[in-house]
Amino acid sequence: MGRVRLSRFNIASLAFGLAFLYLPIVILVIYSFNGSRLVTVWGGWSTRWYAEFFNDQAMLAAAWMSFRVALASATAATVIGTLAAVALARGGHFRGRTLFSGMLYAPLVMPEVITGLSLLLLFVALNAERGFWTVTIAHTTLTMCFVAVVVQSRLGALDRSLEEAAMDLGCTPLRAFVAVTLPLIAPAIAAGWMLAFTLSLDDLVIASFTTGPGSATLPIRIYSEVRLGVKPEINAICTLIIAAVTLLIIVASLASKLSNARADSAAPM
Amino acid sequence: MFTRPARLASIAPLLWMLLFFLVPFGFVVKISLSQAAIAQPPYLPLFDLGAGWEALQAAFAALSLDNFKLLFADDLYWRSYLRSLAVAAAATALLLMIGYPIAYAMARLPRRWQALAMMLVIIPFWTSFLIRIYAWINILQHDGLLNQILLGLHLVSAPVVWLSTDSAMMLGLVYSYLPFMILPLYATLSKIPPSLLEAAQDLGASPRRAFWLVTWPLSLPGIGAGVLLCFIPIVGEFVIPDLLAGSDSMMIGQTLWLEFFTNKDWPVASALAVLLLALLLLPLLAYERLQRRQLEGGR
Repeated sequence: MGRVRLSRFNIASLAFGLAFLYLPIVILVIYSFNGSRLVTVWGGWSTRWYAEFFNDQAMLAAAWMSFRVALASATAATVIGTLAAVALARGGHFRGRTLFSGMLYAPLVMPEVITGLSLLLLFVALNAERGFWTVTIAHTTLTMCFVAVVVQSRLGALDRSLEEAAMDLGCTPLRAFVAVTLPLIAPAIAAGWMLAFTLSLDDLVIASFTTGPGSATLPIRIYSEVRLGVKPEINAICTLIIAAVTLLIIVASLASKLSNARADSAAPM
Repeated sequence: MFTRPARLASIAPLLWMLLFFLVPFGFVVKISLSQAAIAQPPYLPLFDLGAGWEALQAAFAALSLDNFKLLFADDLYWRSYLRSLAVAAAATALLLMIGYPIAYAMARLPRRWQALAMMLVIIPFWTSFLIRIYAWINILQHDGLLNQILLGLHLVSAPVVWLSTDSAMMLGLVYSYLPFMILPLYATLSKIPPSLLEAAQDLGASPRRAFWLVTWPLSLPGIGAGVLLCFIPIVGEFVIPDLLAGSDSMMIGQTLWLEFFTNKDWPVASALAVLLLALLLLPLLAYERLQRRQLEGGR
């Protein structure tokens, strides 16, 4: 609908939507630089709450735990999710495909309390020690679905004749995939990794179920603090997380744009 | 010729999802049929394959539907289910009313602005729920920004209680799920060719009539995706009602959380999860079909 002119109602909707989405976050960021101990009284610009965070050992330990889990689970989810995307986009109609795609898409909308509870019961039945590894496995299960969706939609838009040409020229299917397909979908894979990373960094519910004593993630710590009331230090931590996530999203979107551009320029062959 | 190796690629993800997605549901079902016990793990019976056939038979005999009977007998539980469904339906309706005009306006932007608008909608989508709810607590609390502004403008004479109310929860839900509604709507709306609208108008339809005759029906798949993408997770939502709503009535996610973490009654928590899943099965299947069609159809 690109050529239609915007009505006043359209402009008002857009302005309202963006203001609604961003105003609370902007206010949070501003308050994180508030020098006053009372969250609601403005006491001049200050970075003391950031200093407070960097001196809070428990919070730092939780941040480090979250970072390691996000790194490990995003990497595992990217490998497995990409394999799943390849199977779905290039595998044709194999047996068990419906079950496979069903299991793959369901965690996208499955209420987190169900996913978290069921994984915990599995870990208890397996007598696994709960902590870093159990949270990592849980987050991999959740985020690989997102990776699969991102990579699959990229693969679906890709011209298959490129792979076929490579194989006509004597490549084995694996070599054709590595030499032709993989470079074309690499930015989508990178975008998938970053989305998996941020999702893992953000998750509270599944981590609460699957972690053990002494290995709280950052959202778990933040949640227990928030339940006790608003603290300026939390504003500072949230601002740091928002900054990190925003940066990742911008990189991810640039990467996928690059991917689209490359695929488009390769298509006319 | 590419399909056989591609199928081999499904082995690892398939095994992973079987082990960490499907099998765990088996455990949920099994434990929903068990009884709570003061033990580690806190339920009985335990299935010990090494204990011999007789012990296994006894364990099977000890399974019962008592927890499910409890869910129907105690009105705390079915009230939570009803509340969850009602809250999710109301929030989804609100989301559609607010999200549609925004997505519609995005689709009418010039092409080069559309990518930017989409990115602006996506960024909050990937920012933690917890942080965004916390941002609202900052604003809505007793001496928060909203009350300060209202008092400053002399619109109210005493601070209004915003937190721990159903309106605060609705606000939090709409705020958190808005991108989930906008993105699928925008995806379908932006694909409608302008020529269709022009044709409708050339044939004498007013813009309003053209919208209801052309745009609205063509955007129905996006509405379906957006509604399911919001409704299903909101039914099981925990964080938002826990932090923003009052404590007098709970949604099912909160009840499950309470049974599990506070009461340590794992069997009842499992039974709640089984029933919640049963309740969501139809919308989940509908969503799965839409998702598959969107990713695989029409290319």
